[in-house]
Amino acid sequence: MKVIKTVKLFIGGEFPRTESGRSYSFNKSGTDEQYARLCQASRKDFRNSVENSKKSQPGWASKTAFLRSQILYRMAEMTEGKRVEFVDLFKNALGKSDSEANKMVDEAIDTFVYYSGFCDKYQQVMGAVNPVSGPFHNFTTPEATGVVTLIEADEFNFARLVDNICAILVGGNSVVTILGKGCPAVLAPLAEVFKTSDLPGGVVNLLTGDLDEIKGFIGNHMEVRAISFQNERTDVYHELRIASIDNMKRMIPRREKERSLDLILDFVEAKTVWHPIGV
Amino acid sequence: MTKKKATKKKVTKSTAKKKKTSKKKTTRTTSTHKLKPGMVFEYDPAPESSAVVSIKKKYELFIDGAWVAPESGKYLNNENPATEESLGKFAIGNEKDIDKAVKAARKAYEGEWGKMSGKDRGKYLFRIARILQERAREFAVLETLDGGKPIKESRDVDIPLAAAHFFYNAGWADKLEYVYPGKDVKSIGVCGQIIPWNFPLLMAAWKIAPALACGNTVVLKPAEQTPLTALLLAEVCQEAGLPKGVVNIVTGEGPTGAALVDHKDVNKVAFTGSTDIGKLIAKNIGHTNKKLTLELGGKSANIIFADAAIDQAIEGIINGIYFNQGHVCCAGSRLLVEESVHDIVVKKLKKRMSSLRVGDPMDKNTDIGAINHKEQLVKIKEMVAQAKKGGADFHQADVKVPRKGYYHAPCFFDNCSTSDMIVRDEVFGPVLSIMTFRTPEEAIVKANDTQYGLAAGIWSEKGSKVHQVAGGLKAGVIWANTYNKFDPTSPFGGYKESGFGREGGRHGLLPYLEVK
Repeated sequence: MKVIKTVKLFIGGEFPRTESGRSYSFNKSGTDEQYARLCQASRKDFRNSVENSKKSQPGWASKTAFLRSQILYRMAEMTEGKRVEFVDLFKNALGKSDSEANKMVDEAIDTFVYYSGFCDKYQQVMGAVNPVSGPFHNFTTPEATGVVTLIEADEFNFARLVDNICAILVGGNSVVTILGKGCPAVLAPLAEVFKTSDLPGGVVNLLTGDLDEIKGFIGNHMEVRAISFQNERTDVYHELRIASIDNMKRMIPRREKERSLDLILDFVEAKTVWHPIGV
Repeated sequence: MTKKKATKKKVTKSTAKKKKTSKKKTTRTTSTHKLKPGMVFEYDPAPESSAVVSIKKKYELFIDGAWVAPESGKYLNNENPATEESLGKFAIGNEKDIDKAVKAARKAYEGEWGKMSGKDRGKYLFRIARILQERAREFAVLETLDGGKPIKESRDVDIPLAAAHFFYNAGWADKLEYVYPGKDVKSIGVCGQIIPWNFPLLMAAWKIAPALACGNTVVLKPAEQTPLTALLLAEVCQEAGLPKGVVNIVTGEGPTGAALVDHKDVNKVAFTGSTDIGKLIAKNIGHTNKKLTLELGGKSANIIFADAAIDQAIEGIINGIYFNQGHVCCAGSRLLVEESVHDIVVKKLKKRMSSLRVGDPMDKNTDIGAINHKEQLVKIKEMVAQAKKGGADFHQADVKVPRKGYYHAPCFFDNCSTSDMIVRDEVFGPVLSIMTFRTPEEAIVKANDTQYGLAAGIWSEKGSKVHQVAGGLKAGVIWANTYNKFDPTSPFGGYKESGFGREGGRHGLLPYLEVK
């Protein structure tokens, strides 16, 4: 008899069940047949994730760009190592063919590799030494925004999910991800990728659950500095856009492109430093 | 700026002690009187002439390249805060006026301006920059009359920088493919821009120049306290032959701004002003997909380490908080002094403050002019009165202040604690709060202990420490061993609740472009 894996949450580098003790059934695409039981994350799970995210963010941002780059590359390696598991999931849960499922993994791996290479370059591409009119050394560098909440699309696209997470990680931010309805079971293998890539615990948190339940606690959370809203629901986008004004969260609307510098820059702040030149 | 420092130094020596005004005449007739030790030199008035400007009785709205009367038929009185004298009336634009202006901007965007080459757009902006330079005196005098800032600041800072912003951005207009490496960019459309009263022309330049360089058209609402230089800028646009509708200027109060923000055909809103209003605007457009940049309030820390060049740091503190009467969003309003040098810093600061000249903004020797308008003076006084009850040590410079007009002598609160209202809330006036720290780590924690994140100052002769602290501060602009420096090539803007987006430099173009 087959042992069925329970999909738990990924918070602070650990795999807890939801504190609420609730779960829901994730069925195979287009059927009533259960693929796995998933945790239904609560408000407290979200808050615990933000807390962990906040604690781990400065350490992640202060790692050298080269090290961040290597850790993202490691994610590509670990995804390759778990290819069979991902393919199995996409075939069984989503009804993909073998080649389709493999292609999904290929694209996700390529996305990890793409962003890995940007960790030590976006600063040079979008930083600046500014020629001010006076004897000053003046330069602008990008810095992490802080804790970002990513609200994933309901339509599942593995490479896009990886893209959305990496665009946040590259700049030294940490992320709390609310997975979409399409394939929340991806949490299990994906969390293991992050867990085994030398990424500090808490930098990536993955939650499954009901967006309608959690959405009310995201916009007004004062430690969340930005929201990447990749879900299709425009009503929730506008609701969060208004709710996020209290601490002036950066609200990043759904985008259609992938693997792009501007996606990284959505989650950085430009810091400009002046210093006089002279004796 | 250098000129300012030079004159200040002279004063430190000559007017260390006050109150001997009666000797003024004696000291001037140098041929017959000998100089005696301890004699005090008073500055004679050195007023700038206002003859270069003519204030109209009535100012209309600038829409679609023409001056038009407001639909409401309503006008508001404008006042010189230094003298409380009238500066004519200006029009109050309402929803209909805003609609006309947005339509004109849309027409220009879809038409001539939108189709124009970057090269030609740039040439118009270069023209505007040149005309601003040529009419600099006129603008400086008008700015000072309208807003009460010292003529030496409007003459040496506001106007030259405004012209420089147009000049800098002009050059970008035909080089937009270099803004975002590897990406194509395009303009956004009609921009609704709302600016504050503290740097009226400069803020107009910060808003209009990058928007136009990127190919957008604008509807600008100046602050109701200081509409005159923006309206004169409209004249400059006419003089430059700028196609009609590209720049529209609609004066008015809050409702005029709200109408602009709410207008359906505005693609992007840019606002500089208070955090409260910024949040209101953000809320108003929350249900839309309008783009938004906000440059809001601040409570910037100015950190003095024991190993700083203390005398330079004192000048930095003065410039940080008392520049433009403290009406500066990035003012260094929280002074953090390393404990071991606290006493000497405060002693020197008091001495330096006593030599500041507060008074007629039109006087070329004036350091601190008039508070921009009456309501702001009332607000500052209320906050000072409230802070006095809080237990911090209050000190106000013993300087003469004119009886007529709105003035507030520079002051500070010493031995504040991080929870004090005067430490947490933006005053937007010449009021400094002082706290101490022991280690760089503590300085960083205290500096970051605010919802704002606009700017910060660091004073230390140790380079590695400066860079460490600069890295730890959550602020968009860090001035190390200097303060309140601005340049069109240098991005400006804040973290956290100080807003989002940058103005100036290559980064300042991004909010006015869409990346394809």
